[in-house]
Order: sequence, then structure tokens, then C-alpha cells
Amino acid sequence: MKKGHIIGLCIIAVAIAIIMTSIGDASSYENFDTAWEMKQDGDDKAIHVVGQLKKDAAGQVTGLEVREDKTSFTFVLVDNDGTEQKVFYNEPVPADFQRSESVVVIGSYREKEIFVADKILMKCPSKYQETDVQSAGM
Amino acid sequence: MINTFMGNLGHLMTIVAFVSALVTAYSYFQYFKASEIEKASWRRFSRFSFYIHAVSVVMIAFSLFEIIYNHRYEYFYAYSHSSKALPVHYMISSFWEGQEGAFILWAFWNVILGVILINTNKFWEGPVMLVFALVQAFLISMIMGVVIWDLKIGSSPFMLLRDATQAPIFQLQPDFVPEDGTGLNPLLQNIWMVIHPPTLFLGYASTLVPFAFLIGGLVTKRYSEWIRPALPWAIFSAMILGMGIIMGAYWAYVTLNFGGYWNWDPVENAVYVPWLIMVAAIHTMITFKKSATALKTSIVLVILSFILVLYATFLVRSGVLGDASVHSFTDLGLSGQLLIYMLFFLVIAVFLAARAWKHIPTSEKEADVYSREFWIFLGAMTLGLMSFQIILPTSIPAWNALVESFGGISNMAPPADPVEFYTKFQLWFAVVIALLTAVGQYFWWQKMDRKALKDALVTPYIISVLLSAAVIVLTKVYDWKYIIVVLAGMFTIVANSVILLRILRKSTFKLAGGSLAHIGLGMILIGIMFSSGYSDVISINMSGLTYSNSWEDEMNKEHVLLWINKPTQMKDYTVIYRGRQKKVVGVPEYVPSKILESTGKVNEALALEDYKDYFKKGDLVNIVLEENDYFKIDYMQNETLQFSLSPMSQFNEGMGGLISSPDSKIYLDKDLYTYVAAMNDSADPEWKEDENYEVAPGEQFHIADFVTYFDGAEVLKEIEGYELQEGDIAVKAKLRVLDYDVEKQLNPTFIIRNGQVGKLPVIDDELGLKVSLENILPEQNKFVFKVNQYQKDYVVMKAIVKPYINVLWIGTIIMLFGLTVAIVRRFDEFAKMRDKGLE
Repeated sequence: MKKGHIIGLCIIAVAIAIIMTSIGDASSYENFDTAWEMKQDGDDKAIHVVGQLKKDAAGQVTGLEVREDKTSFTFVLVDNDGTEQKVFYNEPVPADFQRSESVVVIGSYREKEIFVADKILMKCPSKYQETDVQSAGM
Repeated sequence: MINTFMGNLGHLMTIVAFVSALVTAYSYFQYFKASEIEKASWRRFSRFSFYIHAVSVVMIAFSLFEIIYNHRYEYFYAYSHSSKALPVHYMISSFWEGQEGAFILWAFWNVILGVILINTNKFWEGPVMLVFALVQAFLISMIMGVVIWDLKIGSSPFMLLRDATQAPIFQLQPDFVPEDGTGLNPLLQNIWMVIHPPTLFLGYASTLVPFAFLIGGLVTKRYSEWIRPALPWAIFSAMILGMGIIMGAYWAYVTLNFGGYWNWDPVENAVYVPWLIMVAAIHTMITFKKSATALKTSIVLVILSFILVLYATFLVRSGVLGDASVHSFTDLGLSGQLLIYMLFFLVIAVFLAARAWKHIPTSEKEADVYSREFWIFLGAMTLGLMSFQIILPTSIPAWNALVESFGGISNMAPPADPVEFYTKFQLWFAVVIALLTAVGQYFWWQKMDRKALKDALVTPYIISVLLSAAVIVLTKVYDWKYIIVVLAGMFTIVANSVILLRILRKSTFKLAGGSLAHIGLGMILIGIMFSSGYSDVISINMSGLTYSNSWEDEMNKEHVLLWINKPTQMKDYTVIYRGRQKKVVGVPEYVPSKILESTGKVNEALALEDYKDYFKKGDLVNIVLEENDYFKIDYMQNETLQFSLSPMSQFNEGMGGLISSPDSKIYLDKDLYTYVAAMNDSADPEWKEDENYEVAPGEQFHIADFVTYFDGAEVLKEIEGYELQEGDIAVKAKLRVLDYDVEKQLNPTFIIRNGQVGKLPVIDDELGLKVSLENILPEQNKFVFKVNQYQKDYVVMKAIVKPYINVLWIGTIIMLFGLTVAIVRRFDEFAKMRDKGLE
């Protein structure tokens, strides 16, 4: 076998390894029900859940509990199927958290009652609302 | 009256630029095809047309900047990206904050490069400029803002606000102009954001040059000659793109608070990959110049680097990343256009390359293990695999979008922990690259066989092992993976330094580019290993208190809560939060916020106290961006102040809340990086219920937890900001409140006028107290104070030590310098050949 072939085979092998790990390590978008099923099946892999903060009738965010040392908090997230879930995040409350339109939590269930987020991504209301222009004119 | 002239001018120039780009493309095509006799006139016309295009692009940029500079908020772009309080250098950032501005910047650099190419090339002008003109047509179309039937082509930055939004105010008042813009994103208000985007876009633009030479080579059937003129530009491109990436990383390090300089964010990855490929392309091109191999690989890599820049643009600017990235742009509806742009050049390049493939010279003989071609090829392949490993997972959102556009469902998400995921591979690729550069350089400069190689490498090998051992022992690197990184990095540095010395002794400095760049690479590798691998969070809660007695306590708390003035132990330091500060024009240090009172005008405040020699009580002072608060954090050791850091936060209503930036103490061997993750909001306090205290003068009592002395009262003749009339009685109580080592004077005042009682309470935001003098009981010699509490001021802070991060920065500077030396050398070679009339 020629050297070129050996190198070629090595490259293909590494490329395949890359593809396999990319698929294997890729996370997935779930809802809380499927995430809990995964946990029960013994799959502790971190997954993404997209949802919104729970709001009361007046549109205020409810269920936000900040720990006494202010370095962590829990909140209630409603996923796109309407399932409510208490989520723990081991970081201070991000500044515009309560204003966010939708929240992506990346993490996994610890027990049925609590979903632990390793990371939170927030989608904030778009920068330029029509009302802004109006209020700027006042 | 609203201004429509500048917008119309800009829009007109956009259309002129688009049309002239197409005309230039057509006429350069004619020039290319024309017979020798007609060539001169076609060339004159083509150049004329390109210069018209160049002028119109400059005019587009001028119009847009004029709109921003003169605060013309009737235009959507100025309204949404700028504001009156911005200094001029941030107006420049406003220019490219929006996508349209970024496209203008890109087109502008292409024009500059085009003019340089016209004036430095003889033979290549036709085909190269044809490619340039086509690229320009695509770029300008992104900002055209023309609607043909239902098809929207481009998004114009010259839109009026009333056309861009449906705000009801414009129905009543079509000529309404907002007072002020919504401002520039505070994250971009940083000097690095003024220079990082132009550098990066020059990098983007410059990838076009080698690509254009390649296309020129393919259509003129000069399959190998294109390498010489393209090479200096390819190195230039790698240098500028690399510099842009590093500036972005540095910006992230000093501005963003994710705690580092690289986050494996899709936007970062998308730019990093074309750079890797460009670096690979440089190496194969240089090999080809020396030994006529690797031409096909070079062609593939040059095409890839250009297409990957377009792919990066597509990923970042089409909105396809969605919520996968912290800083992806909103969808302007350009995704289709961006896709066509990318596919157009991909198809052309692949078609031309495929047609020429069997005519491209290759060397038949197998590369020998003791030849440089073999090692360079291995290096290029490793860089290729590195890129592949990054671009594949980064493209997951694009993959999902693709599946969904065919009606399928794909719920794949990017890896949950990107840092761990990418490092797992990239670390080892980087080690391989480092070793290859060390060995490869020896092959480069002399003929090698087994014995010569052993002789050449044995000295650097021993030196680098000894040096590594010293580093490992002194800095306590005990992780086997990191030990290997140190060894590989050190080997690169030593081996290339030996080569460097040899070149300097025997030959000229001009040839030293390669070894310098590789020394830089070794330093970067070691710097990254230390600053990331041994990055140490020191803000671990050391109070020993557990709050909830559950599993939560087992999680690492990486933040500490600092109440104002309260010393808190944190690893080797005692830290104390000392309150908020502002930056004042003409004062070189930060000024405590509590002695400044806003006057209601933008960036203006009234001084409530003297401040050193800088200003007096009652002066009006100018604040540098009043939304910025700088939190003073004192770091103490052995009861003495070592230094203070002032991490920043900005509350910006228009931009959606709060943004914070770190501050670092920079040592030679490490950075101590500190940022504020959360803080007290004292804007609208909810006061707790009243507490009343009856105290005699001279007595000591407690307000909340504070030891307080009532030092007595005095009758006032005058009160600031209050007119005292004949017969009024005003009494000021003197309270001294102790908070740790700080003593505060609180003076609530009590006024009696015509039997009516008026109270002037004092509010202390830092202590979270409101104290008023409620009553005076002369017969008991007692004073009654009413106290409301809110909350003491606090910050939640994170502090990280990043060891040897300077090795990384110095390494990047050396690498960029090495690349610059290489550009000079390669351009000289090209210029010599050209002047001989050979090219």
C-alpha cells in the first residue's frame, strides 16, 4: 500500500470520527415531557427546551424566586406544549430576564420537580418597537 | 423640515454603483475577449466605469455617515443606530452596527483593493476585475432597497423612519422628526468595536483577491501562473483576517462578561474557519512555488476560503442561527439573496475548476517522507480537518432550516457545552499543527534524510524538553493533556527560533516571516492553555453559610454577594464594594455617583461636593455617557488596599436593559478579571413600614443594623434650596451612622412655619435608608426619628484569574508580524517578475 493511501485512510477515519461525535454530542430541542422521559430512560444529556416565563393575568412574571445570596434562582417556564416546569439556574438573574419574550434553557432534569439549567438563552423583544417611536415623540 | 436630499443622494449613488458594477463586468469581459487592437479602448472604458463605481461607493458611505453625523433622525438608520450623546468615534461604530452599513464597508474595501490591483497588475487586470465587478454587483444589491413586483431586492439604509415603521405619529404628522435616536448598543461602545469591524471586513474583502486571480488563471488557462500574484494577497488576507479575529476576541474579553475571549459561538466559528483554510492555502501555494506540487490542493483551498467567507456571511446575517448565537443579526429578508450570491460563485468556481482539472499539472511521483511537500501536505490536511470539525456542528441550525424547508422536522441543537465539545478535538489538532510546524521548517530550509533530521532536531528537542520541564514545575502544570500542549508549543518555539537565528545569520530578515509566525503560534498555544485551562474562579463563596441545605449547596457558587462596605473574604483577597461611580469629562479617575446630581440634561450633572482639585461644589460637570455606572471594588490583602477595579454596567432603556462589562487588573503573569453580574436597583425603592425612634442628643442607638450616634441638633439660619421666611424655625438633626469602616452624616431637617410642620427627610441610597425628623419633644429633651428601610446597596460579582494571558497576546502580535514580513517578501517576488514583463 502506498503512503498516500494510508494518509487518505487516516483522514477519512478522522473525518468519520468527527461526523460521529458531532451527531453524538449534538443536543436536541425537546419539550418538558420528552425531556423527563429521557431522564427516566437514564439519559442525562443536556437538552434544549424553548418556552416562556409564566405570567399572571396582569402580565407580570410569577414564580421567580431568588435565593438569599442572590447567586442563584428558580423560575417557572412554560414550554410550547403548555407544560409548566420549575427551573433552577445557578447564576444571578440575568438583567433583562423578566422582559424576555422567550427563553431557551439548556440542561437536564434533576428530579421531576426541578429542571437544572446549565445555560439560559433569552430572546428579547426586538429593539425597535413601533411604540418606541411614538414615545420618543412625546 | 425633514431632509430627503441626503437619502435620495445615497439611494441614487447605490443605483449608480450597481449599474456601473454591471457595466464594468461587461466591459472587462469584452476587454478579455477583444483582439489586441481593441484591447486598449476596452480597457480605458472598463477602468473609467470602475472608477465611476468607486466614486459612487464612496458617496454611498459619505451619505450614510452624513446622516448619522448630523443626527438626521428622520432616517431609520440614524434613528435606530445612533443618538445625540455619542462621541464621533462611536458614530463611526454606528455606521456599521447595522447590516447595511457593514455591506457598505465591505464594498468600500473591495473598491480600494480593486483600485490597487488595477494599478499593480498588467496581465491579470481583465479577468480579476471582472470577478471584482460581479462581486460588487452582488454586494451593492444587498443595500438597493428596490421592490420589483413582490420581490424585494436588498435593504436600503436610506429609508426614512416614516416608511420603515408604521408608527401612528406619522399619520398625524408626516414630517415628524424624533428628538433623539435610540442609541448605539452599549456593547459596541468600545474602541475595539471602532477598529475591529473594518479590519474584519478588509479580511473578508481580501479573500476575494486570491480567488479572483485563481478564476483568472482558470479562464486564461494559466493554471499555475496565478499563484505568484495571488500569494502575497493570500498572506495579506490571512494576516488581516487573523488580526480581525484577534481584535474581536480581545473586544469580547474586555467588553462581554462571559469570562473569556473565545466562546465557540457560531459567529466566531464562522469567521475562524475561512481563516484556517486560508492559512492552509498559503502553505500549499508556497510549496507549489518551490516544487510544483500541491497545485490542485491550492485551487480547492482558495475556492473554499472565499466561499466560506460568503457562507459565514450567510450564517450570521440570514437569521438562520436564530437563538443559537448570542450575536446573530436579525433577518432583513436577505437570506435568499445571500444564498444566491454564495451559490453563484460556488457554481462558477467549481465549473471552471472541473473543466480545467485534467489540464492542471500534477507531479506524478509520490511525495517522500523526507520531503517538505509531505509535511506541508500533512499540515494542510490537519487544518482542513480542524475546519471541518468546527463548521459541521456550527451548521446545525442551517441543517435544521434546510430539512424544514423540505417539510421535514429536525430537532438537532448545537452541542450543549460548546467549549468542552470543540476543545476535545481542537486541542489535539493544535498539538499536531505545532509539531508539524517545528519539523516542517527544517525540511523547508535544507535537504533532509533520516540522519540529517535526527541531527537537526535533537538539539531543539532537548532544549524544549528542558524548558518545558521548567515551565511545568514552576507553574504546576500537572494535567497530562496540558503537559503535552506545553511540550508541543515549546518545541515549536525553540525549533523555529533556531531556524530564525540561522536565517538571520546567513541570509536576510525578509525570509524570517515563516519562522516568526510559527513562534507566535507556539506562544498562542501555550497562552491559551494557561489562560483557559488554568483559569481560576476566585469568587467562590467562602462565608461557610449554607442557605438551603439541599443539593443546591453542592453546586459551585461562582459568584459572591457583596454588600456595600462589608469586607468579604475571597481566596487570597478581602474585597469590599465601595459604591457606584461615574466618568466625568476632564477628571482622570472615576467620581463617586453620590456627589453628582443629574440636571435633567443629557450627560450633565451638578456637583454636590468638592472633588479633589477637579471641581467645586455647585459646578456643572459633564459626564461621559451618563448611563454608565462603574462599581468600585477594593481588593485588600493584609488590611491594606492593593488595588481597586471598576467593572461597568449600563442601563439602557432603548436597548433592552442592562449590559455589563468587566474590569481587569493586569499583571505581567496574569489578569485578574472582575465583573458585576447583578446589582441593586434603587431607582424605585419599595420602602418598608415606618420605624420610630425617640432619642436624646448624645445618645447612641441602632437604625436597622447600623450603630448610630445622635450628635445633637442645631437651629439653621438658612437652608439650601429653600427660602426661609421671617418667623420660620428650622432645626437640623445631626446623625452619624456607622457602616463598617464608613461613617455617614445624615441630617434630616424640621421646619416650623406658622404652626405648620415641614419635614425634609434624607435618603441614603447606599445604606437604603430614609430618615426624617418627625417631632421634637422639648420637655423630655427627645427627638423623634422616622426610619424607612429598603435594602443596602450590593453587587453580585464574579472574579477570575487568567494566568499568562499576555503570552497569548504577545504570540498573536509576533504571528501577525511574521505574516507581514512574508507579505513583503512575496510581493517583492511578484513585482520583480512583473517588471521583467513576465506577468
